Amino acid sequence: MTPPARAAFMVTCLGDLFYPEVGERIVQLLRRLGVAVDFPAGQTCCGLPLFNSGYHADAATVARRTIALFESAEAVVVPSGSCAWMVKHEYPGLMTEPAYRTAAERLAGRTHELSQFLVERLGRRQFHSAVGGRLTYHDSCHLLRGLHEAESPRALLRGLAGSEFVELPGADECCGFGGSFSVRLPEVSTAILDKKLANVEATGAACVVACDAGCLMQMRGGLSRRGSRVRAVHLAEVLGDPR
Amino acid sequence: MSETAPVTPLRERAGQALQDTFLQEALRIATTKFIGLRREAFDDFPEGEALRDRARAIKEATLQHLDQHVERLVDNVERRGGHVHYATTADEARRLVLDIARRTGARVAVKSKSMATEEIHLNDALEAAGVTPVETDLGEYIIQLAHERPSHIIAPAIHKTKGQVAELFARELGRPTEPDPEVLTRIARAELREKFLVADLGISGANFGVADTGTIVLVTNEGNGRMVTSLPRVHVAVMGVEKVIPSMTDLAVFLAILAKSATGQKLSVYTSLVNGPRRGGELEGPEEFHLVLLDNGRIGQLAGPLREALSCLRCGACLNVCPVYRQIGGHAYGYTYPGPIGILLTAMLNGPGSVTELAHASSLCGACADACPVRIDIPRMLIELRRDVAERGLPPWSERLVFGAFGGLLRRPALYRLAARIGRVLQRPFVRGGTVRRLPLAFGDWTRTRDLPPIAARTFQERWTQLAREEHR
Repeated sequence: MTPPARAAFMVTCLGDLFYPEVGERIVQLLRRLGVAVDFPAGQTCCGLPLFNSGYHADAATVARRTIALFESAEAVVVPSGSCAWMVKHEYPGLMTEPAYRTAAERLAGRTHELSQFLVERLGRRQFHSAVGGRLTYHDSCHLLRGLHEAESPRALLRGLAGSEFVELPGADECCGFGGSFSVRLPEVSTAILDKKLANVEATGAACVVACDAGCLMQMRGGLSRRGSRVRAVHLAEVLGDPR
Repeated sequence: MSETAPVTPLRERAGQALQDTFLQEALRIATTKFIGLRREAFDDFPEGEALRDRARAIKEATLQHLDQHVERLVDNVERRGGHVHYATTADEARRLVLDIARRTGARVAVKSKSMATEEIHLNDALEAAGVTPVETDLGEYIIQLAHERPSHIIAPAIHKTKGQVAELFARELGRPTEPDPEVLTRIARAELREKFLVADLGISGANFGVADTGTIVLVTNEGNGRMVTSLPRVHVAVMGVEKVIPSMTDLAVFLAILAKSATGQKLSVYTSLVNGPRRGGELEGPEEFHLVLLDNGRIGQLAGPLREALSCLRCGACLNVCPVYRQIGGHAYGYTYPGPIGILLTAMLNGPGSVTELAHASSLCGACADACPVRIDIPRMLIELRRDVAERGLPPWSERLVFGAFGGLLRRPALYRLAARIGRVLQRPFVRGGTVRRLPLAFGDWTRTRDLPPIAARTFQERWTQLAREEHR
């Protein structure tokens, strides 16, 4: 497959509202790599929170909107494993009308989580580190077990000039976010997070990298509350100039 | 009869579990050990992945023609001189066992570990009928002494530290001792020996029922299962009707993955094949053998949304890897079967109304589905349960309101952008140093323990016009 010359960016709701600087970096990064970026107007959310809580009719309505918005895109880049999973894995099953079903399947095939897009579609693994220091990586559940992707983010982190990558013990264990789970059972969610953050801090890393805005919100929230020096950052924030 | 619903809300039960330092220590040690052992067992077993697929395929094919397989099992058990009973409900199952106990004139019944008998709350019924049930699995024995219920499918006393067990033995048995597992086991063993000799009735569950041969298979580690099924005059096995498998060849597939998933053992220490009552010329075995086939909501799911859960082997692997179970343990779930699979089984046994809260006791991280030896897609079914709960209108009105409004925003981009702007104004009093440390009302459930990012001064959408311009520079 030839690398796409254009890609549509799906910013996601958390990315839009809380982490717009991550989106900006991604747009700049893709442009540096020779990919023109489109941003279909009128984006809201992929509908995953509705889907996971069982409100499937509403989720399907939101999904139909998203499918229509990205219908003409050659490739879609999503900076969050869970949203990418929703589009790739759940959209087709939510569509009852055959026409939408087909469109959903086409979109699923053209949608890529950021690290997968960089490594698999663009074949780029070598970047300068934008942050320096020691980095570790937290597998987001949907990217790891939903999209079966463990390697692309690690390849990018190992390929960073100017940063050292260390594995996080229990990297594949949940951070405790889980969408509405984080507020339905906040004490349990926090207990799971505490375990994760203790592991992160034990690595001596300056940053824990993740590919999911949900995990970032959870880990950042916990780190900042405990006054930790460790930062939870999105993959795009550590990828500097390509080399 | 369905199980009694817990009185306190799930969040409160979970909160108590989190405060219990003994429980936290016990869970941390045990689940970490189980996870490591399971991983090692499968690392050393390259054919494991293919066998897991095979096991699942056997289960699926068996469920497809469950009636035929059950019929063959019944025929073959009867051919070997056993009696088969069919219980549609937990209540029926209890009555069947009590009838057998009465006819046997049993005063004491020894039991080997069985979740099916827990599910029907058999011990209470036996006691009420004047039969003393004695649990002979060490873990079950411990919790019976403590008047508790199992908190794990295969490790019923997982919630207790060895120190707590030593205290319990000192108090209940008058045997003060060091918290040394070996010494504790020896004490239990001595206590139980006598019970085996006086019991007229042995009650077990069943890991498998082999249709071809009429064999009931028990997988244990302590040998007590063998004694329960051979020493007393009468043996009753209570088996979930979905536990039937076609043949001994199939059994080999399951045995190859069951213990590895459960405890990380290559095989469990004992695999007992029970072939009905003692026959002429045999020196041991019971005079009578009864098999109670238990439906209790299972058959209804053959064509239901929880069908996949009928393939469950009850190995407990999904509990050990579940981040929620590892924090709150089994009792907080409030029903017989805890953990991710337990939520599905609770819904199967007690209806969807029983899991309105429990269906959300998961971050949907998927570790359970990964660990499941027969690859049951537990998160998928949890989502289906949530849907069922939502579509029946069971969630509280406040939740339905929030999700209704949320769905409305996501359908209307202009409204969504407006809401972001309003949120930006409303959050002002709460932003300190670029972060939100405290929010009122329900939002406080996040900020009590975690900071929250404020809605950005300019969202990505608001930045896009400028970003788009930059492309052409």
